[in-house]
Amino acid sequence: MEALLLEYLPILIFIGLAAVLGGALIVIPLIVAPSKPDPEKLSAYECGFPAFGDARMKFDVRFYLVAILFIIFDLEVAFLFPWAITLTGLEGGNAVFAFWSMMAFLGVLTVGFIYEWKKGALEWE
Amino acid sequence: MDFTASLALIAPEILLSVSGLVLLLAGAWMGDGASRLVSYAAVAVLAVCAFMVAPALCSGAMGPDTVAFGGQFRADAFASFAKLLIYAAGGAALLVAPAFFERHGAMRAEYPVLVLFAVLGMGLMVSAGDLLTLYIGLELNSLSAYVLAAFLRTDERSAEAGLKYFVLGALASGILLFGMSLTYGFTGTTTFEGIRTALSGGLSTGALFGVIFMLAGLAFKIAAVPFHMWTPDVYEGAPTPVTTFFATAPKVAAVGLTMRVAMDAFGKQESAWQQVIIFAALASIVVGALGAIGQVNIKRLLAYSSINNVGFILIGLAAATQAGASAMLVYLSIYVAMSVGGFVAVLMLKDADGEAVEAIADIAGLSRTQPLLALCLAAVMFSLAGIPPLFGFWGKFVVFQAAVQADMIALAAIGIAASVIGAFYYLKIVKIMYFDEPVNKVHGKSDWIHWALLAVSAIFISPLGYLLTRWLGSLADKAAAALLFAA
Repeated sequence: MEALLLEYLPILIFIGLAAVLGGALIVIPLIVAPSKPDPEKLSAYECGFPAFGDARMKFDVRFYLVAILFIIFDLEVAFLFPWAITLTGLEGGNAVFAFWSMMAFLGVLTVGFIYEWKKGALEWE
Repeated sequence: MDFTASLALIAPEILLSVSGLVLLLAGAWMGDGASRLVSYAAVAVLAVCAFMVAPALCSGAMGPDTVAFGGQFRADAFASFAKLLIYAAGGAALLVAPAFFERHGAMRAEYPVLVLFAVLGMGLMVSAGDLLTLYIGLELNSLSAYVLAAFLRTDERSAEAGLKYFVLGALASGILLFGMSLTYGFTGTTTFEGIRTALSGGLSTGALFGVIFMLAGLAFKIAAVPFHMWTPDVYEGAPTPVTTFFATAPKVAAVGLTMRVAMDAFGKQESAWQQVIIFAALASIVVGALGAIGQVNIKRLLAYSSINNVGFILIGLAAATQAGASAMLVYLSIYVAMSVGGFVAVLMLKDADGEAVEAIADIAGLSRTQPLLALCLAAVMFSLAGIPPLFGFWGKFVVFQAAVQADMIALAAIGIAASVIGAFYYLKIVKIMYFDEPVNKVHGKSDWIHWALLAVSAIFISPLGYLLTRWLGSLADKAAAALLFAA
């Protein structure tokens, strides 16, 4: 038990350091920084002018759709690179298995791609 | 074991994934008008899969011949038993859906496809022989379930249910993953067999944390107290066919998975998880019973009832014996029939405009306006309460018998006492239906599919079910033997 806890000592030190540093960075400015509050300091402005509109505006859901589709195919590529590199190192049955595993994965993704195309997810208008 | 043999063992899963993909494309091409066709095709696929897994159960398959991909996947009798229940529940959820969603103008071809993928994930869960298979199956099931919960996306309650389920489910997955990483860190392997071997000498503190975190994550998935808080909201908000699905198939899968993790991977360290399971079992029974008393919505009431039932199922696991595992499987089979019957009956409660009637007060005097429906619902309620002539009693009986055989008499006694509290609200529904003045709210007609499903479940839970006890018991024994053989 003692030895086990000792293994986690670095994490404890790390947490302690984070707490001390974080606390210090909050407390020190309260003490030493000059404080002259003014409502103008808190007001929003755009390029030096008073704000024209509200910063919180509705966001078209299509941006999320494009972002999600991008992530899916981005991850696909992230899988392909390590696979392509390790595939050459495999021999015989393992290489065949590894090859077809990735083909199955790509097949599933392609079906998803066809589906989203057919459903019109790629059309902007 | 070579890859060809492994592929033969996962044939049902391959069929499910391929047909899911084909039906997805079919739905995209033919449009939402073909949803009914896609649904029936999905039911046919489930039926074929059921025929594919049934032989392994009947022959009591176990041992090295059932292990695929170097221990990642097991197609033994235990997995087959759970899969048959899952396919049956999935099929029921597919059959009742078209009528419900068409009434809301929201039937889409994606519904059957999502159900198929969820069923595929659950099949992987109960067949898992490795922490990674476990996680992939669980996530495939959960991700489909989140979308299903929010399927009526224009309905505020459904969207809320989906979001709540997603946020809390993601948290539970995180807890489960943390437990898995601790287990891996302290045993050096992710296979259940390897974990079992690594822990045969003793349990380190880290691995103890691992198993507790994993059980906490799994307790969320089976809605056991203290991780049950999402259940009433999600069950109430989700469309009723989806609730039918949630209350049955994922419960079977998650309970099966918990059994594999507890009795296989951590089977040599029973003392580490037994107390946790005993606590969760008793707390679920009590909270499920007390929470249901004040409910005015019948779906919320059935949600608390499912929490209560999970408690009884976990009593079998707390016994940590083969008899206990077999009793859990018998209970699960009866529970699936009761839940399908209960929720199909709720689906059939419709007013003159076809809108769903969910308030308990609105079914007052149902016995005079819809005598047959009231009779079936009363049978479900009596069975859930565990009142002897009905089959629900048998499930409770075998579970308590297993607990007593394992010298857990106190646990069994508290469980029986708490089931008396539960009987109160089940009987209250029967009293409202039979003895209160009719409010004449339920008028809607239902198609024959609903009646057929209700009739099948009502006959199964009726005293006629006792004709099946021997057959069901021997199948459950084979499955439990396979679970412990793998261990």
